[in-house]
Amino acid sequence: MTTGTAAPHTVRLLAGYHALGRRAGLEDHLVQYGAPPATAGAALIQAVEESGLTGRGGGGFPTGRKLRSVAAGRRAAVVVVNAAEGEPASGKDRALLTVAPHLVLDGAVLAAGAVGAREIVVCVHAEPDAGTGKDPQTAVRRDGAATLADTVRRAIAEREAARPAPVPMRVTAVPPRYVASEETALVHWLDAGDARPLFTPPRPFERGVGGRPTLVSNAETYAHIALIARHGPAWFRSCGTPEAPGTALFTVSGVVARPGVVEAPLGTPVGEVLRLAGGPSEPLQAVLAGGYGGTWLPPDLLGLPTTPSAFRAAGLALGPGILVALPERACGVAESARVLAWLAAQTAGQCGPCVHGLPAIAADFAELAACRVSTELYRRLDRRLSVIPGRGACRHPDGAVRFAASALRVFGRHLRVHAHAEGCLLAQWPPVLPIPEEW
Amino acid sequence: MSWRLRVDPIACTAHGLCAELLPEAIDLDEWGYPIIGPVPDRLLPLARRAVADCPTLALLLERDRPR
Ligand SMILES: Cc1cc2nc3c(=O)[nH]c(=O)nc-3n(C[C@H](O)[C@H](O)[C@H](O)COP(=O)(O)O)c2cc1C
Ligand code: SF4
Ligand code: SF4
Repeated sequence: MTTGTAAPHTVRLLAGYHALGRRAGLEDHLVQYGAPPATAGAALIQAVEESGLTGRGGGGFPTGRKLRSVAAGRRAAVVVVNAAEGEPASGKDRALLTVAPHLVLDGAVLAAGAVGAREIVVCVHAEPDAGTGKDPQTAVRRDGAATLADTVRRAIAEREAARPAPVPMRVTAVPPRYVASEETALVHWLDAGDARPLFTPPRPFERGVGGRPTLVSNAETYAHIALIARHGPAWFRSCGTPEAPGTALFTVSGVVARPGVVEAPLGTPVGEVLRLAGGPSEPLQAVLAGGYGGTWLPPDLLGLPTTPSAFRAAGLALGPGILVALPERACGVAESARVLAWLAAQTAGQCGPCVHGLPAIAADFAELAACRVSTELYRRLDRRLSVIPGRGACRHPDGAVRFAASALRVFGRHLRVHAHAEGCLLAQWPPVLPIPEEW
Repeated sequence: MSWRLRVDPIACTAHGLCAELLPEAIDLDEWGYPIIGPVPDRLLPLARRAVADCPTLALLLERDRPR
């Protein structure tokens, strides 16, 4: 993936990369951003609260409030950097940790100081090994490139060589499953080696790793914290919107001229973010926003601002910064059916409504994709979509249902074609949405 | 003070006992897992019994406050 460009004042996290054109070592990082403030502590929590930063992992929860809750715990806290990026169409956290690892690590160290943490754990996805079934912790990629775990370990070693770390940092590779990067699954993995979600409460900020208050935030969120600590909340709010301030990374793929990771102020219209990635290379049928737990947008919503509230007002969910441009020639129903089959296979196998419900929805979509449409099928699917949300231990089923319901809305016209056809002529093209290979 | 029932979906094994005791408040989905509705005060004693009788202790009676 390449990294696209935007107007300079709206590029923050990727500014170093745009200046250097390569990974920033510790020296480069300090030249670009200056040293982080030595003592931040409680003042940092207040600065993050005033900045209005919300988590960049998809939920959009206010980061300052989370920091304050973790800091309020009686026991020493744990800081977890969620860089596992389970979304198949997302590459932003990997890109960020590859080109600017020290921005993320600075943020984690500053957050650890502010909440009184004694340990920092960076969680990445394990990557395909050479086929020897080796321990995922030491897996090497088939293409011989460094794993993200290695990249982060190298950055940690650079820091230790310069100055002993105030808080010990380690990297762990979690099993490469979608649900393994949900926050309680990370806690469960770190505590018991079982990367399946837990029933809540307690939420990780109350009682997480080892029973300690645990700050689980997305890798990008920590990078923003690192810049807020340096430049203050007013600077952070100088771009974006009052309720969704700052910039965000977006992974843009599908039919755009330069697929890759771009940075844009929140509130930038969807179509404008696509333009940062070179713009559509073919006429668009729809855009998937927020990944596989997100929602499809029809092309007449390309002017929609990328803020949680604008999306909510349109009955959609912004979710994490992921945009996939679907060309007119693709069958959106077949694309959605493939994704739903994959999402169904990703359940952690714990909760009935998810274990039975997601395969049922996926099977219904397979029928729709195969042009076996009936009123009975629609009625069954509607009932399933209304009965499943909110009934799993984690929000995985809610995301799958959101995705499926938006596919029914946005591809409604094409579904009417399916109702009267023997087979879909569009299904001849290779699929656009990525599905990870099994390993 | 109002109360509500909640299911721990990881613990629930679809015994359906709860829906038998509290048909007014608990429905079962097509796979046999409970769908919980509001619990009026007059059903509280039965709700308590459902909680106690659930074979996997998957039912919880909680104070109803916005989470
Ligand atoms: C199925 C599922 C998968 C998730 N995967 C990720 C992920 O890969 N990366 C991530 O940062 N958050 C992921 N989340 C959200 C996390 O649970 C958590 O909310 C987030 O890491 C908090 O960080 P933030 O406050 O900085 O957004 C996932 C949630 C669910 C339900
Ligand atoms: S809702 Fe699904 S993915 Fe989440 S814990 Fe339950 S079974 Fe696993
Ligand atoms: S009685 Fe318990 S295990 Fe059975 S369906 Fe109700 S909650 Fe689930």
